[in-house]
Amino acid sequence: MSRGSRTADILVAGAGPAGMSAAARGRECGRSVLVLDDNPSAGGQIWRGGESHSSGSQSTFWFRTFGTCGADVISGARIIDGDAKRRRVIAETREDAFTVEYGKLILATGAREMFLPFPGWTTPNVMGIGGLQALVKSGLPISGKRIVVAGTGPLMLAAAAYFRKHGAVVPVIAEQADWTRLARFTLQLRRQPGKLCQAAALRFALRHSRYLVSCWAEAANGEGRLESVRLRQGAKAWDLACDYLAVGFGFKPNIELGLLMNCRINDAGIESDDVQQTSQEDIFAAGECTGIGGVDLAILEGEIAGYAAAGRADLAKGCFRKRNRARQFSASLRRAFALRRELRSLPSATSIICRCEDVVWQRLEQMQSWRAAKLHTRCGMGPCQGRVCGPILEFLLGLQPEAIRPPVFPARLESLAAASEMEESIDK
Amino acid sequence: MAESVDLWINGTPIRVCAGTSVAAAVLLSGEPVFRRSVSGEKRGPLCGMGICFECRLNIDGVEHCRSCQIVCREGMQVRTE
Repeated sequence: MSRGSRTADILVAGAGPAGMSAAARGRECGRSVLVLDDNPSAGGQIWRGGESHSSGSQSTFWFRTFGTCGADVISGARIIDGDAKRRRVIAETREDAFTVEYGKLILATGAREMFLPFPGWTTPNVMGIGGLQALVKSGLPISGKRIVVAGTGPLMLAAAAYFRKHGAVVPVIAEQADWTRLARFTLQLRRQPGKLCQAAALRFALRHSRYLVSCWAEAANGEGRLESVRLRQGAKAWDLACDYLAVGFGFKPNIELGLLMNCRINDAGIESDDVQQTSQEDIFAAGECTGIGGVDLAILEGEIAGYAAAGRADLAKGCFRKRNRARQFSASLRRAFALRRELRSLPSATSIICRCEDVVWQRLEQMQSWRAAKLHTRCGMGPCQGRVCGPILEFLLGLQPEAIRPPVFPARLESLAAASEMEESIDK
Repeated sequence: MAESVDLWINGTPIRVCAGTSVAAAVLLSGEPVFRRSVSGEKRGPLCGMGICFECRLNIDGVEHCRSCQIVCREGMQVRTE
């Protein structure tokens, strides 16, 4: 294993839209920029698979700008430890472990899909909406497959249209939100004609799918492989045969790296000020990790963070007005697609909550804190480190996750050993 | 897109398009079960983006690889757990 240390004026964690725009703006100001990304290639989740899998002039523009900006990019790299005071992180790839000493750090770690447990949700071929889409983008053919899409949010429509385009049949899109909220949301879209057109185009592309509101998946059936899903809408419940159930209840910011670097966290995500600076002087945060807001907002926040990290807050100010508008849109999204209370009664006593440690609901129902849940049941102590079950217990029981300890991702022992050696040699 | 990659999944050869992830290749081979959970349940990919660790399997002798984040390479030996 090779070990080494790198330096950069600006280190960007994550190469999704926010990380790409941050890196480009930092380079534009003449700074050296290094980007570390966990995925096989840049684009994050929304532009996963690169330019060929993402339609639209926005992604084309940013792939080109990012690709030619002169930033160093290491794909398949994850940060496992860091120290804000010494402005240093430790990262590993499949082959390698290394430290990076940075002047400024920009966190652009994105978001993950939120899941809710229900009987059978651990059955193979029950996947996240973004998860199934990511698999299709990375080579899974779905032609002729029946895919039920269930959960909440406008991305269900985009994903369903994507599945259809790739030859799948999407019989039902089950949206948990009710008509009143959706109608109010649609009315607000009047002020954003572009978004309204997008919505209308998606609905047209999905004219053969039923879009059911106040409807959700109540159970997934099948032994070793999904066979059917039980949907509920009010008093009515019925089974529907399908190959895949794509399910997702919105998104949660990836705040773990922010926690590790002692950045203050608020209700939305990693706290940041006008120029995207966090509570740590040399650390900025941009995009979904500061709060769920969509791709337009992520790009703007990335640009602002890139300029500000390069010491050009004057240039950052040029993006403030657009950012405010994007924030209003994301606030209306949150209101429209807030999760309804009934979903809290979805898990049965034996439904698994923590998929890593197989902890079932009846063992967790009475827990008063995350700490108690961990100590008594090992909930959240498996390899995902509570990334899936944490948001679930927050929704079901109101439990708040606690501080995080390194490594923030399961790491190889060699990497940890290499890291401590590097620490020693640097300190000498 | 014409370029292809040959690899082995549980001892069976499979040819996929270049750029295909290992997780997609395993599903493509008709196998939805990637691993057994601690209580023996059958599990397959959930998040597709490297967060949940449900798609982990053995690649070239290395355990616990997140197959959704790794692109297929020529001659790769993949084993579900």
